[in-house]
Amino acid sequence: MDVTALLLSRIQFAFTISFHIIFPAFTIGLAAWLTVLEALHLMTGRSAYRVLFEFWLKIFGVAFGLGVVSGIVMAFQFGTNWSVLSKMSGPIQGPLLSYETFTAFTLEAGFFGVLIFGRPRVPPWFYLFSTAMVAMGTAISAFWIMINNSWMQVPVGYVVENGAFVPDDWTKIIFNSVVWVRFPHMLLGAYLTGAFCVAATGAWYLLRNKYHAEAHIMLRMGLFLAAVLVPAQIWFGHLAGDYVHEYQPAKFAAIEGRWHDEQPAGEVLFAIPDPASETNNYEIKIPVLGSIIGSMSLTSKEVGLTSFPPQDRPPVLIPFFTFRIMVGCGLVMLALAWLGSYLSLKDRIERNRFLLWLVFLSFPLPFIAILTGWYTAEVGRQPWVVYGVLRTADAMTPFLTARAATISLVVFCAVYTFIFAFGIFYIYRLLRAGPAGHLIEIPSGAVPNRPMSLADEGLGSDPKYVGAGE
Amino acid sequence: MVMFWVTLLAVSILLYVLLDGFDLGVGMLFGLTNNETRRRAMLGAVAPIWDGNETWLVVTAVILWGAFPAAYATLLPAFYLPLLVMLAGLIVRGVAFEYRHKTERMRWIWDRCFIGGSFAAAFIQGLTVGALVEGLPIVNGQYAGGDFGWFSPFAALCGVGLCLGYALLGACWLVKKCEGDVRTSAYRLIPYLSVGLLVFLVVVFVYALAEELQVMGRWIERPYLFVFPVIGALAAVVLAVSVRYRRDELPFPMVILIFLSAFGTLAISFWPYMIPFVLTIDEAAAPQSSLAFMFWGEGLFVFPLMLLYTFISYRVFRGKVAFTPEHS
Repeated sequence: MDVTALLLSRIQFAFTISFHIIFPAFTIGLAAWLTVLEALHLMTGRSAYRVLFEFWLKIFGVAFGLGVVSGIVMAFQFGTNWSVLSKMSGPIQGPLLSYETFTAFTLEAGFFGVLIFGRPRVPPWFYLFSTAMVAMGTAISAFWIMINNSWMQVPVGYVVENGAFVPDDWTKIIFNSVVWVRFPHMLLGAYLTGAFCVAATGAWYLLRNKYHAEAHIMLRMGLFLAAVLVPAQIWFGHLAGDYVHEYQPAKFAAIEGRWHDEQPAGEVLFAIPDPASETNNYEIKIPVLGSIIGSMSLTSKEVGLTSFPPQDRPPVLIPFFTFRIMVGCGLVMLALAWLGSYLSLKDRIERNRFLLWLVFLSFPLPFIAILTGWYTAEVGRQPWVVYGVLRTADAMTPFLTARAATISLVVFCAVYTFIFAFGIFYIYRLLRAGPAGHLIEIPSGAVPNRPMSLADEGLGSDPKYVGAGE
Repeated sequence: MVMFWVTLLAVSILLYVLLDGFDLGVGMLFGLTNNETRRRAMLGAVAPIWDGNETWLVVTAVILWGAFPAAYATLLPAFYLPLLVMLAGLIVRGVAFEYRHKTERMRWIWDRCFIGGSFAAAFIQGLTVGALVEGLPIVNGQYAGGDFGWFSPFAALCGVGLCLGYALLGACWLVKKCEGDVRTSAYRLIPYLSVGLLVFLVVVFVYALAEELQVMGRWIERPYLFVFPVIGALAAVVLAVSVRYRRDELPFPMVILIFLSAFGTLAISFWPYMIPFVLTIDEAAAPQSSLAFMFWGEGLFVFPLMLLYTFISYRVFRGKVAFTPEHS
């Protein structure tokens, strides 16, 4: 086995999946928001809801497209780079991911076409139904992905036969308590991403004195939803920590920056861990809090990294810092959501430009939190790909050459950078132009940067025919 | 159970080839015109459904993984670089659908991505089939051909052949869905593409005879296989007649029949191997507990539903693409 190819394959997987997760994280929340808007419009008949729907649908189209194309790569990458893993765990991971494709991917793709092109061709109830189906598809997709990943974190319900993991109890695999902590954690993360992106867009328009009615709806709905969801998310985050503590003590020790067994254990708030000397530099530590967080006890003994043989320890720096970044983002979001909701209820938020700026600038926070949360989970699982039973180094395609791995990494980086740069640019232009869609009259020249100068005009008169994403 | 999943795998591959085949074909034909009006009509004919079509590729991949993990784990790394090219092609052509309408100045970039990506994906798919027919270098169940072991002139020829086949499907789809210029020029293309495809098939046949490919042995053992080429030939005759008399609805189903006969030919010449002459279907199959888990949920209930909503989305977008020239 080629060590360089292993490193390159790991970088490639991390890169492609990080790129991919950004889009589902965004579209899961956005699809739910679109369903709510469409339902509100049907119920109240208020045109602002329809305007917002059409506006966010354009953005959804671009993000969804990027999610689909980057998702196709994932279906192949397990096989191309990790053939030993895909052969050994194929009997478990294969069926789980096939359920994902069967129940979710096709649901999304099938009804997405109706969403983009079908309004003039289907009755309103069916259009709402299609929107809900897309939203449900995205959530079901997350469900299966979380079962699959949770099995890699805490493998259960299998026996080893002929060098393969053979499932002997699917109920254990699917109803594993770990799944039912991590799936809500991911789903809430995605809904929060949607909420903050919507609220930030509303704040942006208010700062620019544009689209007052729509901006008001976006800001309020986004902040109120976040105010409820962030505390729930913190609770599920805590439960996720409990499972790590129970099943993956080495990962827990790495996250905590705890090198040696401690009783009672302190909680390291900040430090720069030094793997060479197995100590922390610049440590800020609160005594006993580590035992309280880990075991809800004032006296419990908490395990340190040095209790594990070096070859079974995860890298420390990445999980240690990514975890703190994730928690930090969560706390900032909590403060913003509560303060913003309070001011919004008092009808004072629109005069508070400082807070509007903060809300506007907050949109990267949920993305950062999701990515760093995943880095904590995945890097912390190392050196295992299936925790405790299959090492990452043994899971790679044995004959993969460094040359092939280099080529593929370069190609993926180039292609993804290319499409991502343009995708972000087009989303930015759509957001900047605002919901000045074809439903409301805008005096010419009112919107300086109309994004789709040509295609947009064509669309107004014949929506069933112009290309996707419009 | 194994039979059930082999059938579903075959159906998924077939649906992918037929459905994404025509929209990849339209992507390739897209390069033949610079006229924005025509290009929009061509895009309009595939835009609402391409996404669902491509889903069948993922369905194929995950059925292969879930039901036949040994085949998945052998084939995918063997085709490492070709699959990379195919994925890159599918990615850039997929985003081109969205992006080309977001810009005017940069539209040419996305149009080239759309055309090039469609070609790349079609070529690689043909190439992999060709390499499988010819036989991959596999030693002790493990691919041993190095980074380029899949390449051969025959495989490349099959890549070109599938490009022709997909372009033909695409042309027939345009005849079915479009009016005016696009329909007329698609009609003009069909004879060239069909003759090209025919020449390709003859060359493949002669090559297979000359090289005494193992697959050919199957034909001598199983003469009833010749029913497939006969169906294909009959479909080709109806295709010629329907083009002559401009019957818009007929060419597409006829080319589907030609594809079906080619697919049936291949599938039965491979039987009972999943990777020809190396790995049989039974050897590749996942344990019973995996197959049964997939069967009782997604196989029995969800698969028919998937077919249903594929049908629904085609039904919603049936008929000619509405097209008014002032959009140019």
